[in-house]
Amino acid sequence: MIRLISLLSGIIFGLGLTISGMVNPQKVLGFLNIFDAWDPSLIFVMVGAIIIFAPLHFIFKKKSRPILAKNFISIENKNIDKKLLIGSGLFGTGWGLAGLCPGPAIASISFLNPSSLIFVLFMFVGFFIANRIEKNI
Amino acid sequence: MNIINFTPLSALTGGLLIGFAVFLLFAFNGRMAGVSSISANFILKREQRVDNSLFLIGLILGPTIYSLSGSKIESIITNSIPILIIAGLLVGIGTRIGNGCTSGHGICGISRFSLRSIVATISFILTGIITVLIFGI
Repeated sequence: MIRLISLLSGIIFGLGLTISGMVNPQKVLGFLNIFDAWDPSLIFVMVGAIIIFAPLHFIFKKKSRPILAKNFISIENKNIDKKLLIGSGLFGTGWGLAGLCPGPAIASISFLNPSSLIFVLFMFVGFFIANRIEKNI
Repeated sequence: MNIINFTPLSALTGGLLIGFAVFLLFAFNGRMAGVSSISANFILKREQRVDNSLFLIGLILGPTIYSLSGSKIESIITNSIPILIIAGLLVGIGTRIGNGCTSGHGICGISRFSLRSIVATISFILTGIITVLIFGI
């Protein structure tokens, strides 16, 4: 059942990215292009997701355990540090260059477009590099 | 600034679906649907590799299932290979060093009212805006 939920969550997430137009990098770049021709759609995607998850998270986090798994995976890191700012800054720069972030990049593998495959390949290379250099930051 | 290509209704609908997907993974499996973390753990860690791969397969199936309804999906990605390589590396390295992306910090983190995630989200949106301002769409 846990596995079915993982798959189902991925499918619904992918459908949401598709319906919202976020699998199109042009829409994402349009959102970041605030000083020229601006497309505010991305804000509505985030607001839609947050108005569903914020109240439900608030209710469910009080439960002793999730419905299927043994425990909630807790997130202890609350630090606002150099690593967070450098990482988010590098991510934002890459996001602004191609208009792709990890969710839409993975979802767009389904188009079998060479461009998205190259991006995903180098994103994974980036995960490996970060894993090596992380401790020195 | 002028507003173009704004699609609030489909953006909100897609956003609600994404919020529901994030809720499913949290309430049933106790996990946060941060796509950069799930993708990085999928290649770097052995634990929960099946769950992580099922979520990612679902993400790829999302657009495929949507296209079965006969609707066309627009996705215009740059074909500049240097930009795809640099952007992919930056997104991969940045999301690992900063521990999250648009889904992990932007949706899950803000829904948990995490200050750390709010700071991260502002950082990557600002650097994304600056990148588009400098390099254009």
